[in-house]
Amino acid sequence: MSKNITFVQGNEACALGAMYAGLDFYAGYPITPSTEIAETLALTMPAAGKKFIQMEDEISSMCAIIGASLTGNKVMTATSGPGFSLMQEALGYAVMAEIPCVVANVQRGGPSTGNPTHVSQGDVNQARWGTHGDHSIVALSASNHQDVFRMTVEAFNIAETYRTPVILLFDEVIGHMREKLIIPQEEEIPRVARLRTSLKEGVNYHPYLPREDGRLPMSDFGDVHRFNVTGLYHDMWGFPTDKPDVVQELLRHQVDKIENNVHKMTFYKSYFLEDASVVLISYGSSARSALSVVKQRRNRGESIGLLELNTIWPFPAELVRECTQNAELVAVVEMNVGQLTQSVKLAVGSSKRVHLINRVDGQMINDKDIKKILRILQGRGI
Amino acid sequence: MDVKYYLRERFFPHMWCAGCGHGIVLNSLVRAVDLLGLKKRDIVMVSGIGCSSRISGYVDFHSLHTLHGRALAFATGVKLSKPSLNVIVPMGDGDALAIGGNHFIHAARRNINITALVMNNRTYGMTGGQFSPLSGVGTKATTAPYSNIDREFDTVELATGAGATFVARTTVYHVKQLQSLIKKAISHDGFSVLEVLSQCPTYFGRKNRKGSAVDMLNSFKDGTVPVGSKKKQENPELIERGIFVEKQLPEYCDAYAELVERATAK
Ligand SMILES: Cc1ncc(C[n+]2csc(CCOP(=O)(O)OP(=O)(O)O)c2C)c(N)n1
Ligand code: SF4
Ligand SMILES: [Mg+2]
Repeated sequence: MSKNITFVQGNEACALGAMYAGLDFYAGYPITPSTEIAETLALTMPAAGKKFIQMEDEISSMCAIIGASLTGNKVMTATSGPGFSLMQEALGYAVMAEIPCVVANVQRGGPSTGNPTHVSQGDVNQARWGTHGDHSIVALSASNHQDVFRMTVEAFNIAETYRTPVILLFDEVIGHMREKLIIPQEEEIPRVARLRTSLKEGVNYHPYLPREDGRLPMSDFGDVHRFNVTGLYHDMWGFPTDKPDVVQELLRHQVDKIENNVHKMTFYKSYFLEDASVVLISYGSSARSALSVVKQRRNRGESIGLLELNTIWPFPAELVRECTQNAELVAVVEMNVGQLTQSVKLAVGSSKRVHLINRVDGQMINDKDIKKILRILQGRGI
Repeated sequence: MDVKYYLRERFFPHMWCAGCGHGIVLNSLVRAVDLLGLKKRDIVMVSGIGCSSRISGYVDFHSLHTLHGRALAFATGVKLSKPSLNVIVPMGDGDALAIGGNHFIHAARRNINITALVMNNRTYGMTGGQFSPLSGVGTKATTAPYSNIDREFDTVELATGAGATFVARTTVYHVKQLQSLIKKAISHDGFSVLEVLSQCPTYFGRKNRKGSAVDMLNSFKDGTVPVGSKKKQENPELIERGIFVEKQLPEYCDAYAELVERATAK
């Protein structure tokens, strides 16, 4: 067997993907079901000369990675539900100060301590709006370990390209399940390096002045350019300001750099959508069951397809609209009370065509669960 | 070097009230850095939120103005990721020991080479004079109108107990000592805590009838004595100034470098 073929947990796939992406610094606090990410990195990072630190809580973990990003490092933390709640304030700081960083949230049942060892997809909207204030965010997901690896690398790429925090929204089933992972070759997945300013010492560097292409070259703490980083609204120098025009411009910049580039950060998979009159939309481990249903029904000749979203935020509304245009029935398969269903309804326009197929008891939604509700939705009885 | 060399004039006028003690800390800090001959590009100031935390913006070093209470957590990321940097963290008493208390004791426990300056004005200045964990029983604050029943921390004892390897205290009245202790705290290889008693005439002073800024400065002169002074034995109310702890223990970034050697050796 080639050494590129491994048999691992999803959490290990995430850690390996992060290392492949060039992770330099990790800070975290243990929590089920994400702990194996930290455990894998505690072993691999020091051996590669990288920094791993277990902090006193998730608040400080999130803060520490932001500090380490500013000295020029690719950084990450990983957590689950309660820890993700604790990270929200500092996550907003990373949005405001435009700090590249990656946050993996392996979802478990909530709210509160909830259902720690069981699966859920209940943090979808917390990922979108968990931190206070107007902002945009990027959140990626995956239903298998090859994609966990790939999306982790893409998370780092997006974080560096857009100077933004990126959330990896996995779930307990994906995190703990074991399956095959083929580690990509060195150059197989492109990796985006930190964009640094080319300005020399003595030339004015503006840390918050976007280039024509919208990107903001960075300068490492310790390098020649000294500037201020703050969570307050700030001007191109990083100086705090409450001037209405500067405030509005910065807010728009932070939102637009994400929302105007939705197509560039949309990752998805489509299965049998060309002629589908029934379209399932799903993500994460639910998408595995949804795909199973689609394959079973296709074998029986039904025109059913699946749109699996790897990019959840920014929501790929245009893609969803296109894929559901000719569908008579759209069903969102997710393990929550309909968190992404809301966005799908808005995208599709007519909410009557859009339905939720879910399970919220800590058990993975399976093909039978989906088929049972589909039968009702299609008027075939129970 | 002229102090202006270390300041960002664009940031001025500063936001502090007339008579605020925090400016004296800024002055002493800049002079200490100058005396140490540190390069501006080798210093990172990391601060939280509060009147005290605004210090970081006024100096022409790398500056990271973060979240209330979290400065030491950000600073830990900065320091561990690039140990060659001098990391200085000015904090308010609320910032350091209320909301940031957990990060404070853990940074001390790790003995990571960061300099923590606790600018203790015994109040939440920025939010308008609420009581802090350093106000003490019997003080008045906007949230303690019937006088405070919360006992206070002793910053020096707390830092010592948590494992800080350099612990000192002074006041903004004692500017020469302040300068010299900042120098020592920065030079110390490990986690150093310097508590600086600073006055907030606007809130703590007014609420507690402490008089003008000058009166408050004089009370620092009269109410404190050098460490180990006999006067303290006669009058336990007096607050000691000076160095309480100064010892060498393995520093966190050094220990991490050794860990990497072990991990890469096999
Ligand atoms: C999470 C959070 N809680 C509360 C606040 C409000 N707040 C800002 S500064 C501050 C207290 C400042 O007091 P201190 O740290 O002693 O600094 P000082 O202003 O006295 O120098 C508070 C409560 C905040 N910014 N963030
Ligand atoms: S409120 Fe108090 S601490 Fe804040 S600037 Fe004024 S005097 Fe200083
Ligand atoms: Mg204070």
